[in-house]
Parts: sequence; C-alpha cells; structure tokens
Amino acid sequence: MNAILNKKQLSQNVYLMELYAPIISGECRAGQFIILSLNNEFAERIPLTIADSNPEKGTITIIFQVVGKTTLELSNLSEGEKIVNLLGPLGNPTHIEKFGKVLCVAGGIGVAPSYPIAKAMKKAGNELKVIIGARSKELIIYESEMRELSDELIVCTDDGSCGRKAIVTEPLKELCISWKPDIVVAIGPAIMMKFCAETTRPFGITTLVSLNTIMIDGTGMCGGCRVTVGNETKFVCVDGPEFDGHKVDFDNMMARLGAYKDLESQAYHKCKLDSSLKK
Amino acid sequence: MSSMSHKHLTQQEFDEAARISLDALNSCQPLSLKDRLSIPVQEMPSQDPIIRRENTKEVALGYTENQAKVEALRCLQCKNAPCINGCPVRIDIPRFIKEIADGDFQKAIEVIKENSLLSAVCGRVCPQEVQCQLYCTVGKSLKNVLKSVSIGRLERFVADREREEGNIKAPQGKPDTSKRVAVVGSGPASIVVAADVRREGHSVTLFEAFHKTGGVMTYGIPEFRLPKSIVKSEIDTLKAMGVEIKTNFVVGKTRKLTDLIEKDGYEAVFIGTGAGLPKFMNIEGENLVGVYSANEFLTRANLMRAYDRGMAATPIAMSKKVAVVGGGNVAMDSARTAVRLGAEEVYIIYRRTENEMPARVEEIAHAKEEGVIFHTLVNPKRILGKLQAEAIECLRYELGEPDDSGRRRPVEIPGSEFVMNVDTVIIAIGNESNPLISQTTPGLKCNKWGNIIVDENCKTSMDKVYAGGDIVLGAATVILAMGQGRIAARSINKLLA
Repeated sequence: MNAILNKKQLSQNVYLMELYAPIISGECRAGQFIILSLNNEFAERIPLTIADSNPEKGTITIIFQVVGKTTLELSNLSEGEKIVNLLGPLGNPTHIEKFGKVLCVAGGIGVAPSYPIAKAMKKAGNELKVIIGARSKELIIYESEMRELSDELIVCTDDGSCGRKAIVTEPLKELCISWKPDIVVAIGPAIMMKFCAETTRPFGITTLVSLNTIMIDGTGMCGGCRVTVGNETKFVCVDGPEFDGHKVDFDNMMARLGAYKDLESQAYHKCKLDSSLKK
Repeated sequence: MSSMSHKHLTQQEFDEAARISLDALNSCQPLSLKDRLSIPVQEMPSQDPIIRRENTKEVALGYTENQAKVEALRCLQCKNAPCINGCPVRIDIPRFIKEIADGDFQKAIEVIKENSLLSAVCGRVCPQEVQCQLYCTVGKSLKNVLKSVSIGRLERFVADREREEGNIKAPQGKPDTSKRVAVVGSGPASIVVAADVRREGHSVTLFEAFHKTGGVMTYGIPEFRLPKSIVKSEIDTLKAMGVEIKTNFVVGKTRKLTDLIEKDGYEAVFIGTGAGLPKFMNIEGENLVGVYSANEFLTRANLMRAYDRGMAATPIAMSKKVAVVGGGNVAMDSARTAVRLGAEEVYIIYRRTENEMPARVEEIAHAKEEGVIFHTLVNPKRILGKLQAEAIECLRYELGEPDDSGRRRPVEIPGSEFVMNVDTVIIAIGNESNPLISQTTPGLKCNKWGNIIVDENCKTSMDKVYAGGDIVLGAATVILAMGQGRIAARSINKLLA
C-alpha cells in the first residue's frame, strides 16, 4: 500500500507520482483530494488533488510542485518507496453534468486538478475548451493530454515562450464574448482564480473554483481551512473544495494561506540545505 | 483552590507528611468513623507552576504509595456505597479502595477492571467532583465536595502502578467466532467497544481517520494533562488482544458505512467518531489570520507536536497575547497550551462568572497558577484587524434571570464595549457533530444538531449499526463515552450471539 510505482519530473519543480492505493483509487471521483504525511512523529499533513486514477491497476496519480519542506522531501522519494500516511479520497466530487459548453481555465500546477474534471465533463457530453497558463514554456504540464481531450486548447505564457504571450484572463474574456460558455472551471493559484472570477462576473457565467487552503485533518475537525463564501464561513475540506468563485473572499483566503509564510520558508530552506548535504 | 494559598510542596514533602500520618493512623487501628473523617484530604503533588509553564510534562504527578494508603483510609466503606451510583460504569469503588488501604494494589486495579477500561485515563480526566465524589458520604459529612475521598486520584494511582511495573496483561478472550465487527473512530467509546466485543471472540477492526489512534485523547487533551504514553499503552493492549487497527481510513469517504456491511462482510458497525466540527461565533473578523478553533490549535500543538518548534514541520503562531473564548476544559487546555508555547499574556474570556464555568475546578486552578488571566462576564463582539487579528472588542455582561439550564442568563450591558490587544484568538465554545458519515449514509437518523439518534441499547436507526460517545451525546466526557461504549458492545455481542 502507498508505494510509489512511477515518478516523473514534469518541469523544474513539478513532479508526478503514481501511487498504489487501491481503496482510494476505487472510491475517488474528479475534484477530490488526498492528505499525506511522510512520517508519524513530526511530519506535517498536506492536501494534494488527485490528478488521475486507474482503478484496474489500483493507482492514483498526484502532481505537486516543490514549494516547501514536505513537497521537497516528497520529491526526494524514489520509485518503490512508500508514503507513510495517505488518507482519502476527501472533499466533495465535482458536480458533473451536461451543461453544454464547459471552459476549463488552468494555471500552473492547477492543470493537474483540472485534468480529471475536464475528462469527466467531456465524458458527460459537454463541448470542452481549455486554457492553460504558465509563467514560461518549461512550466507547462499536461499539454498533450489536455489537447487530446478538448475541442480547443489555448496555451498562454507570461513570457510568450509558448503559445500566446498573455495571462489566462485575456483568452477567458474573449471566449466569454465569442463562445459564451455555460460554465467556467478555474483552478490555479488563488490570485489567478480571483481574477478569473472577476473576468466572468460581468458576463454572469457560473465560475467554479477549487480552493487549496491549509488543512490539518481534512475531515471537518479543525476548521483551519475555513474560507468566507458569500459572507458565510465554509470549510474547504467538507463543504468544498469547489465553490462559486463569484462569492469567495479571495483576499481573506490568500491571507490565511500565507499565515505561516515565514516559518514555512525557514523550514524549506533548512530542509533544502539538509538534503543537499546528504547528496 | 487551597493549593494556591500556600507554598508549593514537592512530591517528597507530601510523601513524608503522609508517611507520618500513616504511622500514626496504623497505631490507632481500628479507626472510628470520626478518626476517618478527621484525616485531611491528601493533596495531589504537582509540578511547580513556574517550572511547568516552560515544559509540556504532566502537571499532576500522582500520589505516592503512602499518600494513597492514607487517602484510602478516609473511605468509610459505606454499605450502600452512594459513590457507585455516581459512576457511569459502576465501578465497585469501596472495594477497590479497601484493597489500597490493605496494600494490595494489583487487586485494587483488578476490581476496577471488572467494570472499566482506561483507568489511567479516567483517573486523570474524569470530572469526579460531579460523579462519584459528588455522592461521597465523607464529602457530604464535611459539607464540601472537594473534601470527598479522592476516588479519581486513587484510581490513577493503581492504574499507573500496574503500568509502571509492567503488569498489564491483555484480557483473555473467548475462542474466535470469525464474526467481524467494524469500530469507527479510536477514542474512548471505540476502545471500550473494541475490547468488549473482542473478548467475546469476534474479530474487530478499528478504523481511525488520523495517522494516530486515541481520538480526542491524542489530538485534543494535552500531554501535560494526559501523557500520550498512557493512551498508547491502552491501544497496545487492544493490539495484544488481536484487534486490527487501520489508521488513515475515514469511514464515509475512504469507504461508505453501508459498504462495510454489504460488501466487506462486517456483521455490525459501531460509530464513535466524536464531536468533530468546531463551532464559531459568527462574529466579524473570525476568519482573520491568528484566529483558531480550539480543535485546530490543540491538534497543531498535540497531534502534530508544533510545541516542538525545532522538530515539528507543522507551524503554530508565535503568539504574544492570546484570548481564549470559552469556559470549559477545552478552553483551559488551549490557554495552558498557549502559555507553554511562550505567549506573554493569555486571557480566558467567558460570558458568565467563574461559578458557571463548565471546566473542572482543578483545571481552573491550574490555569490560574500558570498565570492565565480570567476575564469573566465578558463576551467578544468582533475581532479587529486587516488581515491578521490585532485586537478583540468585547462587551461586558451581567447575570440576569435563570435560563432553561438553571444557570443565570448572561445579559449584555449596552455601551460597555472595550478593546483588548491580542494577536491570537482561540474559539473554544464547543463542537457540532461531524457530518462525514451522516452525509454519505442516507438511512442514518440524526437530530437537528447532527447527533446520531440511538435507542437505550445504543442502536441507531439502521440495522447492525450502533453509535456512542460524543457523536451521540454532543461534547461530553471520556467516561460517558465509555459508558455508552459498554452498552453498545453488549448490544453487539447479543446480536452476534
């Protein structure tokens, strides 16, 4: 259980791992996530979206970017090693139905959680367009998979090294005018989701966002993941992770995400130093 | 309370005093009723408050052998044993205390085990002053419940003695029946069910959502009040009995409850998932950075060990001024944890007076000794700050007419707003029920608070499904959870007989 069957580096700091987790693989649906930790004593618990699953093989796929201590340690594990603690599937699955025209907007690592949702939306008979955005060419992941799945794929990079030189809200706005999607699913960094929601708001197009807040238990027990949605407090782990992007208080969410920034970056640099010393 | 008024005595000093008393008492056997009533309560030795503010080690150190024997001599061995009626699991209290007085500590713990598991836990965290000790004839005669025989401290003494001497033996079970029972959660109710059902020879699987077992005893109650080694020893006993334990498994998500019965072959399920959804006050500023539920604060500190800042990967705020809202044991645990994490000032904010506080007298006293500042008849109105909590605005209250609970209702004094500067706010006003199982189990009936509804046998609205502990009771105590676990186990054993 929990063994790493396959590990791939997708870009400089982004890794894919296929894990043997037959129970989770059999139960999970698009939009759900897992929580993992790397030992029983002092490790932290981090949530990661399930990017894909293969119930026949009993596997799930996670994609993560190295941003802190735990993701760095995770990236140092090799095929055959095991994730000590793996819990899931958590959160509510994405509501999939035939909406008509579905537009997925995925930024950076957000392509990973977008992929199973795009796949399920397509399977449900929707027309599907996808916008992928990244800082530069090297940071784009899942391009061919998304291209295969979608009726149209628009790639944009901040520096123009691949596709259009633009941020995702530009093609998003154009498509809101020309294509008129019935629903937009925007997943990526909080700031990107905020501006996607602002872009679609004047058009009145329903915009789902998937929030990646700090969590501990992931089962509703601690409330650390809470966000303000339409002036109500919601728990991302049991009420989400998806919410109406037009109602989320992103500024509050971003502040809460950054609550431990200094402590986290200290831990990350210490960990980086330790692991380079080991090498 | 009395311990606040005089110099802090060490365990050795208490022991020496007890040894002298014991010699004197032994020389005038048999003791008359009057003799016994005149023996003073043996106080619990504790770590010096100034020292313990800096560490997470257990505060109460436990009776010495001499103290235990002296305290046991205070028991009048009442024929009608009113104390037993105050015990949710009906331990034969006078009999185990008699064994202590006679010096047979192993016999004493065996008497307790006839009715109870987890005696090292219950001896520490049971609210004895509203249970067994409330009915104690000694306390009644001396007109002070705090002068009752210290039943809990004696229970702890014999349980610790057994564990420290390595005498814990896994109870013998009946031959295997090959019938399978799933127990969901690994807190006190679940531990009791697992043990009682396993003893009947059934196979038991314990499912825990966290990576560590013990439920609230692990993530919630701090080390300084309940050392984790004690919880671990209870779980080890279950393992030795052959109970299978699956951590990182959240029933309702990893597997639906109905699938456990219909697909996985479990013939009965017990739900003991606890009261796991923190309540907030729905006031302005509650989602600012620096505002925690007590569950989150305690889980970070205890389960994730954030108090060990050098080692733990899980961070916790570097708080300077902390306001804890609430007056229960969880509020005291949070405040005392904040003290140990290095906060300069820690406040308890409670809207009634200290008399109405649900926290145990002992916990309130310990918090005060450790420098926690109490603001009573005060309630928060909003939390101020841009992104990070910077202050809390409160209103003063006075007590009005009694409410349904019989306690005088707190009434706000208009215009009494005042502001306290704090960087951390911990909301400790209780929990609602965790919705994960009920959301994914359509046939399971719950009340309007989300608590699972059970009959007198702890059976739910679904066949083969039982429930107990906080998921049924709302937030309660370890011993009440155990009491329900015992009833549920009996029902399951009957079902499978």
